Amino acid sequence: MKTTEETTKAGGGDVRLTGISKTYGDFTAVHPLDLTVPEGSFFALLGASGCGKTTTLRMIAGLEEPTAGTVHLGDQDVTALPPYKRPVNTVFQSYALFPHLDIYENVAFGLRRRGIKSVKKQVEEMLELVQLGEQARKKPHQLSGGQQQRVAVARALINHPKVLLLDEPLGALDLKLRRQMQLELKRIQTEVGITFVHVTHDQEEAMTMADCVAVMNAGRVEQLGTPADLYENPRTTFVANFLGTSNFIEAEVDSTSGDDIVLKAGGGKLVLHRARASVPAATGGKILAGVRPEKISLTHADDAGEIPEGRNRITGRITESSFIGVSTQFVVDSPVCSDFEVYVQNIDRDPRLAPGAEVVLHWNPAHTFGLDAAQDIDAGVETVEEEVA
Amino acid sequence: MATVTEAPPTPAPVAPEKKPPRKRGRWTPYLLLLPGLLWLVVFFALPVIYQASTSVQTGSLEEGYKVTWHFATYWDALSEYWPQFVRSVLYAASATVLCLLLGYPLAYLIAFRAGRWRNLIMILVIAPFFTSFLIRTLAWKTILADGGPVVGALDALHVLDVTAFLGWTAGDRVLATPLAVVCGLTYNFLPFMILPLYTSLERIDPRLHEAAGDLYAKPSTTFRKVTFPLSMPGVVSGTLLTFIPASGDYINSDLLGSTDTRMVGNVIQSQFLRILDYPTAAALSFILMAAILAVVTVYIRKSGTEDLV
Amino acid sequence: MTFVNWFKRNVVVMAGLLTLAYLLLPNVVVTVFSFNRPKGRFNYQWQEFSTDAWRDPCGVSGLCESLGLSLQIAFWATLGATLLGTMIAFALVRYRFRARGAVNSLIFLPMAMPEVVMAASLLTLFLNMGAELGFWTILIAHIMFCLSFVVVAVKARVMSMDPRLEQAAQDLYAGPVQTFLRVTLPIAAPGIAAGALLAFALSFDDFIITNFNAGSTVTFPMFVWGSAQRGTPVQINVIGTAMFVVAVALVLVSMAVGNRRRRQKA
Repeated sequence: MKTTEETTKAGGGDVRLTGISKTYGDFTAVHPLDLTVPEGSFFALLGASGCGKTTTLRMIAGLEEPTAGTVHLGDQDVTALPPYKRPVNTVFQSYALFPHLDIYENVAFGLRRRGIKSVKKQVEEMLELVQLGEQARKKPHQLSGGQQQRVAVARALINHPKVLLLDEPLGALDLKLRRQMQLELKRIQTEVGITFVHVTHDQEEAMTMADCVAVMNAGRVEQLGTPADLYENPRTTFVANFLGTSNFIEAEVDSTSGDDIVLKAGGGKLVLHRARASVPAATGGKILAGVRPEKISLTHADDAGEIPEGRNRITGRITESSFIGVSTQFVVDSPVCSDFEVYVQNIDRDPRLAPGAEVVLHWNPAHTFGLDAAQDIDAGVETVEEEVA
Repeated sequence: MATVTEAPPTPAPVAPEKKPPRKRGRWTPYLLLLPGLLWLVVFFALPVIYQASTSVQTGSLEEGYKVTWHFATYWDALSEYWPQFVRSVLYAASATVLCLLLGYPLAYLIAFRAGRWRNLIMILVIAPFFTSFLIRTLAWKTILADGGPVVGALDALHVLDVTAFLGWTAGDRVLATPLAVVCGLTYNFLPFMILPLYTSLERIDPRLHEAAGDLYAKPSTTFRKVTFPLSMPGVVSGTLLTFIPASGDYINSDLLGSTDTRMVGNVIQSQFLRILDYPTAAALSFILMAAILAVVTVYIRKSGTEDLV
Repeated sequence: MTFVNWFKRNVVVMAGLLTLAYLLLPNVVVTVFSFNRPKGRFNYQWQEFSTDAWRDPCGVSGLCESLGLSLQIAFWATLGATLLGTMIAFALVRYRFRARGAVNSLIFLPMAMPEVVMAASLLTLFLNMGAELGFWTILIAHIMFCLSFVVVAVKARVMSMDPRLEQAAQDLYAGPVQTFLRVTLPIAAPGIAAGALLAFALSFDDFIITNFNAGSTVTFPMFVWGSAQRGTPVQINVIGTAMFVVAVALVLVSMAVGNRRRRQKA
């Protein structure tokens, strides 16, 4: 108990993982990884199920013993501390609320275990914060999913942990409630200023809530950065596909001129800015040129002449179109890529843009990004569909 | 901003030594298991071994017994008491089949048709347990009494003529006949059939019945193709829970039967407690045990519900 | 035609109710005959109505002593079997250890064996050890055969328990002991209670194993057995009826209390 008091007082709240890894027999759940979560940030670990994100979280919580490496909270090495001696609390997947205790006692649990006698004021304040003052004497199973979720947050936060760990906290909620809770959690985090480490498989959730996202795949961190940075500058096909949708063109470096790399794909040429290529480009080398579907404009082949100069362009034929309100999503068959996705905002809808129509796709070269061609184009694609469904 | 770097593929070589030992009670499971398992070893497993050794001993009460590997005891016991063995199997099997036939409708009724009466019927199935089963078995003496209303009705309907022809009853009596013993066995072990059946039926989603109906299955087809197969775990454990104790029972035969309905349990009991021929009794008991274990093993393998245990 | 349809739809219900009647008939007989005044020594034939036995339930020598002894044995056997069985169940669900298969078989076998076999072999052991048959040998035997049933009941409950609950307790500053006392035990309690109840019923009503290992000690089932040979006093029926009524009443009361509590909370 004493250790807890002391650690709570110690300053410096970064979470620092150094060379941390976890293996189960032959299976490596987490490859040696270094990671620093700055104090007060909202940090997301994003990845498909089985990518090692929950294992990483559990090693911070102390529920899993790392095979190698250390966990620091501020200046304190907590690697050897059992969970009940760490100033870290967790919001568990499906909440793990104690079914035999009412809401009040669930929230008071941590305080009581630390020998604090007068818990009434704190518990009531905490229940107010999550707007559950009325439900204090109900049992967990009498609450709705959203309410249970808030109890789980309150139960962890009341202990003023240095770090709050959230393991898929919204996974059990329906879509609408999930949106609401995302904003709610963000509000609470801003209010209390505690470091949140959030594990999720939902890229939208991670991007909405987190200041910083680490995308994990097969036990490694693929890329780390702000949501916008990850979306605009993916460095691997996995990240490009896992966050949103990307179109890829297998291209060959034709020539380089100044800041531009000219690529040859199919019959045509594409321009890629050197700063946006994550691999060095040598003439004759292969490169994957990527572009997001919403950056592309669609023009009917008859009007091809009206397209301004200097834009990357590709010809093709529409194979599918689906109207979804704010935009229309097209799938275009082109010589360089058989299912090019294009999202067009519904400002002025061109009635000629229907399946079978010959079209020209064109976009600003600045929106092209270049990736190492020696990787699987579809990495991260199927997993996303699986998780969403 | 946060930083991330992949550590070199080979982790720091000193790491394992530096890792602090965190004892997660490697001995805890053994300490938890020890007292209970010791109890079972000393008072269950050891006795079985003692019994095995007793069965191959010779001697007498006065002079004491010695292990002489006298396997002839088994042969003698079997050749003398095979009718009781056969009877035990027959009676226990009949009781098991009757329990299944009687118990299934009741379990089905509780699981799907009882509505708000479900709890009450459940209580009524379990409550008789609290009246000592010996007292309840004695009540069958009254129910099946000679010249009583039950026997009278069966006689008037000429049922007794049929059962007497089959050798289940004798004359116009039911008491002291095989029928009475099987009836008592069925009665005594019926709840052991109903409860597992209910448990497995209750797990079946009622929507499966609707789905089967939607897919052109008649109610009887639905039962054969959906309900019954899904209740197989209950059928298997129910039949085992009925057959095993019934095959070793001697109370029903003693209270409701006659010397012509003696089962192997009666023989073991009298050899052990009255005649005091320990080797023969031990041999009979060992044969019964082996037979039951063989039946259980084969049955569980065949029905493919090994996780039942 | 409509009657045929009605019959078809409800044939299961009728068959089920007939089975229920078959199950309850002996209890009705036991109750009715507790008000009988038999002519001879045996209470198998109806003579005339009387409440004599109800007014003097202990009127037969040895009856209430045997009942007391049975209750006593059942109490201690329940305590012992529940304690040992719960420990085994936790070890089986929560820990990895060697020889798991052997442990499982050792627990399964007593349930898969006719009682007479266990009774006879245990008697062989006691005879070989020269143990004096009586209270202690009965208690030992009862704990032995109740143990497996407790293990099964508790195991089912502990297995269905979310391991994250214990992790949550640890995460909220509860050490191993606190976690066990505050979270694990309360949540496993219904399973333990079910196991204990089963053990009590099995021990209280056991005849075969007791018959072999009791020596000259007389438990309640032994008393009934003896009286079936010598003459059945009406008081046996009184005790049987009373136990039935008390059990049903207890269940109904506990259900009513549970319902009210649920309604208050909702």
